[in-house]
Amino acid sequence: MDSQTGELLSWILTQDFAPKGTAGAFQEYDNKYVNVKKGSLAGLSTVLAAYKLFNYCHSYKEFKHKWPRKYH
Amino acid sequence: MNENLFASFITPMILGLPLVTLIVLFPSLLFPTSNRLVNNRFVTLQQWMLQLVSKQMMSIHNPKGQTWTLMLMSLILFIGSTNLLGLLPHSFTPTTQLSMNLGMAIPLWAGAVITGFRNKTKTSLAHFLPQGTPTPLIPMLVIIETISLFIQPMALAVRLTANITAGHLLIHLIGGATLALMSISATTALITFIILILLTILEFAVAMIQAYVFTLLVSLYLHDNT
Repeated sequence: MDSQTGELLSWILTQDFAPKGTAGAFQEYDNKYVNVKKGSLAGLSTVLAAYKLFNYCHSYKEFKHKWPRKYH
Repeated sequence: MNENLFASFITPMILGLPLVTLIVLFPSLLFPTSNRLVNNRFVTLQQWMLQLVSKQMMSIHNPKGQTWTLMLMSLILFIGSTNLLGLLPHSFTPTTQLSMNLGMAIPLWAGAVITGFRNKTKTSLAHFLPQGTPTPLIPMLVIIETISLFIQPMALAVRLTANITAGHLLIHLIGGATLALMSISATTALITFIILILLTILEFAVAMIQAYVFTLLVSLYLHDNT
């Protein structure tokens, strides 16, 4: 358990959270799904779906009470 | 109901930090840059569209006006992508905020006017008086033309804000009406159809960009190149 936590910690520290690192992560996604020779709509629409999901989670609180139910 | 209606226009914050910065920066992710000669489909499509738009828009300018190409093309891309992304559900559209549109409109308009005044002072001042006006009308017309000049940036900003905000509000309202009417059907189908049509029309938010950049363009053209 200790070694696992230690490994997890060192793994997290290897992930570069600086802007340069996150740009690297975007570039990985880019090169794998968008930047290919015959990239299609799927690469772009996954990004848009993720954006939509993010917005949904962010505004969850505001429409939680708007669900169609009998008594508000 | 009132508070819920305008809730989607509140600047999004997360734990007190401005999330709006990330949302404004997000469309830039969708336009990858590439230094290759032959690119992938995505980049080729975007470059083709950009070339089409820039040719159509900047061909009427002389070389001095064409130095504004980069600025105007990034403007049209930014406003277009931001408006289109705002059509996704629950998303925040930065161009609904008047502050942002004023921040775009005023510097660009001022740059065009000042360029015109600096390089072609007499011609710029001559714009205040259309040709062939009767002499008694001249003072009033100068005043009117001055007012119309100074109202240009306000009109640019408010036009964009009002159009996008009104469109979003209508979608919220009609969507809510559809949901409420679902228990009383037969009207539902009609209203859902109206929603669809409205959304399609709103997709011509891209036309809004066209209007924005084109208007800006006309202003630049008149002040700078005439």
